[in-house]
Amino acid sequence: MINAVGRDIPEEIIEMTGKEVFQGVHYRDGYTYKKDGPNTKCVINNQGSKLVENIHEVLVKCGIKDGMTLGFHHHFREGDYIVNMVMKEVHDMGIKDITICASSLGKAHDPIVPYIEDGTITNIQSSGVRGKIGDAISHGKLKGLAIMRSHGGRVRAIESGETRIDIAFIGTPTCDDYGNCRGIGGKSNCGVLSYAMVDGNYADKVVAITDTLVPFPNFPAHISMTNVDYVVEVDAIGDPNKIATGAAKPTTDMRKLMMADYCTEFVVNTPYFKDGFSYQTGVGGASIASTISLAKIMKERNVRMRFGVGGLTKPMCDLLINDQVDCLLDTQDFDLAAVESVKNLKHFRISAGEYADPFNKGAVVNKLDFVILAALEVDVHFNCNVVVGSDGMITGAQGGHPDTAAGAKCTIVIAPLLQGRIPAICTDVTTVTTPGESIDVVITDYGIAINPARQDLIECMKDVNLPFKTIEELRDIAYSMSGEPEKVQFGDRVVGIIESRDGTIMDVVREVKDFTFAE
Amino acid sequence: MNPNKKRLRRTMMFLNAQKPALIKDPYIYKPDSIMLDLEDAVAQNQKDVARFSLYHALQEIDYHGVERVVRINGLDTPYWQEDVRVCVAGGCDAIRIPKTESAEDVHRVEQAVIAAEKEFGREEGSTLLMAAIESARGVMRAMDVCESSERLFGIALSGGDYTKDMQTHITGTGIELMGARQNMLIAARAAGVQCFDTVYTNLDDMEGFRKDVESIHLMGFDGKSIVNPRQINIVHEIFTPTQKDIIFAEKVVKEIDEKSAQGIGVFTVDGKMIDIAFYDGAKRTISLAKASGVYKGEL
Amino acid sequence: MEITRPAIAGTLESSDAQVTVEPGNGKIDFTLESSVINQYGNQIKKVIMDTLKNLEVDNVKITVIDKGALDCTIKARVEGAVYRSNVQTENIPWGGAVRS
Repeated sequence: MINAVGRDIPEEIIEMTGKEVFQGVHYRDGYTYKKDGPNTKCVINNQGSKLVENIHEVLVKCGIKDGMTLGFHHHFREGDYIVNMVMKEVHDMGIKDITICASSLGKAHDPIVPYIEDGTITNIQSSGVRGKIGDAISHGKLKGLAIMRSHGGRVRAIESGETRIDIAFIGTPTCDDYGNCRGIGGKSNCGVLSYAMVDGNYADKVVAITDTLVPFPNFPAHISMTNVDYVVEVDAIGDPNKIATGAAKPTTDMRKLMMADYCTEFVVNTPYFKDGFSYQTGVGGASIASTISLAKIMKERNVRMRFGVGGLTKPMCDLLINDQVDCLLDTQDFDLAAVESVKNLKHFRISAGEYADPFNKGAVVNKLDFVILAALEVDVHFNCNVVVGSDGMITGAQGGHPDTAAGAKCTIVIAPLLQGRIPAICTDVTTVTTPGESIDVVITDYGIAINPARQDLIECMKDVNLPFKTIEELRDIAYSMSGEPEKVQFGDRVVGIIESRDGTIMDVVREVKDFTFAE
Repeated sequence: MNPNKKRLRRTMMFLNAQKPALIKDPYIYKPDSIMLDLEDAVAQNQKDVARFSLYHALQEIDYHGVERVVRINGLDTPYWQEDVRVCVAGGCDAIRIPKTESAEDVHRVEQAVIAAEKEFGREEGSTLLMAAIESARGVMRAMDVCESSERLFGIALSGGDYTKDMQTHITGTGIELMGARQNMLIAARAAGVQCFDTVYTNLDDMEGFRKDVESIHLMGFDGKSIVNPRQINIVHEIFTPTQKDIIFAEKVVKEIDEKSAQGIGVFTVDGKMIDIAFYDGAKRTISLAKASGVYKGEL
Repeated sequence: MEITRPAIAGTLESSDAQVTVEPGNGKIDFTLESSVINQYGNQIKKVIMDTLKNLEVDNVKITVIDKGALDCTIKARVEGAVYRSNVQTENIPWGGAVRS
């Protein structure tokens, strides 16, 4: 069946998943449902202990068995040890057919690939995957379907009961013996535990894993003891050097600086740029540079931001330090400056649900004026791809891309026109992750295209001195330099689905086929 | 091709002629000229391969009107003659001669260019020349160099080699370059050619760069060699005429056009005595203003 | 042209291609490794074959490691390697055998 972004979703996939195809960003607005709830084993006896010796013991206590779904978060990013540690034990116990439901997976998790190959892991639900896991899935090694869902989409799937987590493993930088978890302190300080909060609330068994056990009460708790069944102390939960890095040096790459300047110039010429505006940006060089140049103009024009959202980095936290923003809403910290900023009273931690879940009674993304995003590919319909590389290999994550794009009044995507030889602006993206109806502006080093659906924005940019072009013109420039790319040769088998944030199917990902020259 | 000796050359950006990532689209940064380098940027053992890269870049990449200058290897090397052939065959706009010390140096290149223009069927005179002055001897003979060829549109100071020759070094204050800058400018103006200042290589000191450009702008240079696209906007900003200058220049040009038609030689604009000597300067102000995007008038 | 000895041109930097030519076995023996093979493999092959034809090379083992180079770069690297193999650095036939 052809969905609202023109993608043909095979009938057997619709049947197999019981899902509908994507029918527009607001299709399920007003949908009414009963939230799921965890099976909860209560603790009344005041003599008991939640402390368990090791991962093996805790798996036994939680009743690990074939076919279970295990939850993980990705606050430790490429420094995470938790997934590998738990899955090794699961594998060694001979358990099969596990579904991993992670907020994201990265290169740090390359070691679990053999468990995919031997059937320990047969399903993966994640924001996305990189490295060898992506490679394995794209080559058809995962028995079941990989489901890629956005940060908001994951909370929706769990709250609605579509995904039931049997055991959630929450790596926590500090924890007391009764399970009060905090993202702050310890050796693997990641600042917040936003993505794990839904696991705490909805998983049947919740295991806190820490390398820094602190005296009770570890307050204020980010995840409460009231949700935690067991606590395991291990030597190390992550590699601090890869969790929160030192603040990235602002880019000196003129191409990125130029796109950042275009972005700022665009932002300040929209009607949304006024006292009290709100803003979110990513961690790419151009995004960070645009925050820095925006801060300068805010100062010059005496315009104050009401709130900033993220995925936070130093330049956003500097806005708070320099008193240019009222508050920050934080779901993840990318550098040490952001982790440090969590201590600020106006730096608020929010859950992934508060941030982006389309199935609650309104999320923060709906209140955004601007979001600045990146993309691997954008097509002439403004559809974006952030998950599948132009070579057909799964190599990225949805993150909050579709959530923020859908919520913000002005969604800006920054992408250099060519990534090496590959055109970022193309006729059809390899895989749709964010629908074009959510994308308002695309900024490249060769020019800027406004979505024709946004005549209001086109109107207010009439006299602005920026290199405006149509999206088709940008594609044509790219193709004139690189040549028109051939379509990737895929096999028939569907290996994954790109789930829209509302649970419908945006696109499917097929098995890659080795390249062969045309005759 | 339309060789234009007088075109605007505020910024001339150095690019290694054999780095594909650099030469594929430098026009997006809007320099006035690019200078594809076959000399210092290219290692001895890559000189041969760099020429193929240069040839196809000149032939196949659309530089969107940005002037394409090529720096050839020195006349004391075995490379320069083949460099000239590929420049002309590829159809570059101009050749930059390094380490120029005499009119004879320019003549040698000019002869090679003429031969190449014949060989590759290019219009004679279509390849312009510029000369880099990199030594005390070169500075002292700047006037000869400036007057050496009809094709020569300007001279450029190369500060690194020059300061070595002077037994000093780049200090950041400009004091070590004072004599060369003045001498070369005076020679260039006397001969009616353009004059370009040396590169500023410390990319961590953008304030120092700005000061450097401000001073060479006031001295009267036509432009500056640059090493990174981040430097372009600063130069163009400093070379942008003020609104006051533009309005005055516009009046001068219009008045001279009108008055000379009536046979009047001297008159006043805004209370200032004006004659034909003001004409070129006023025209230059207008073209600078146009290039800087601040002139919307009809001139 | 004859390929009499092995020669190499280009680098493994992004947007570049490294081309190696070696004496062949009476035909063109072509190997391509490319970061963009799925989208541009056929185009790259065509450019290389056309360039070899222009140079009248029909007996060569040619190995290309491409890092997303544009066509103009690929041509330049093939020509660079072929002329190196012949130790010819002067009087290159610009606009003749070497052409766009």
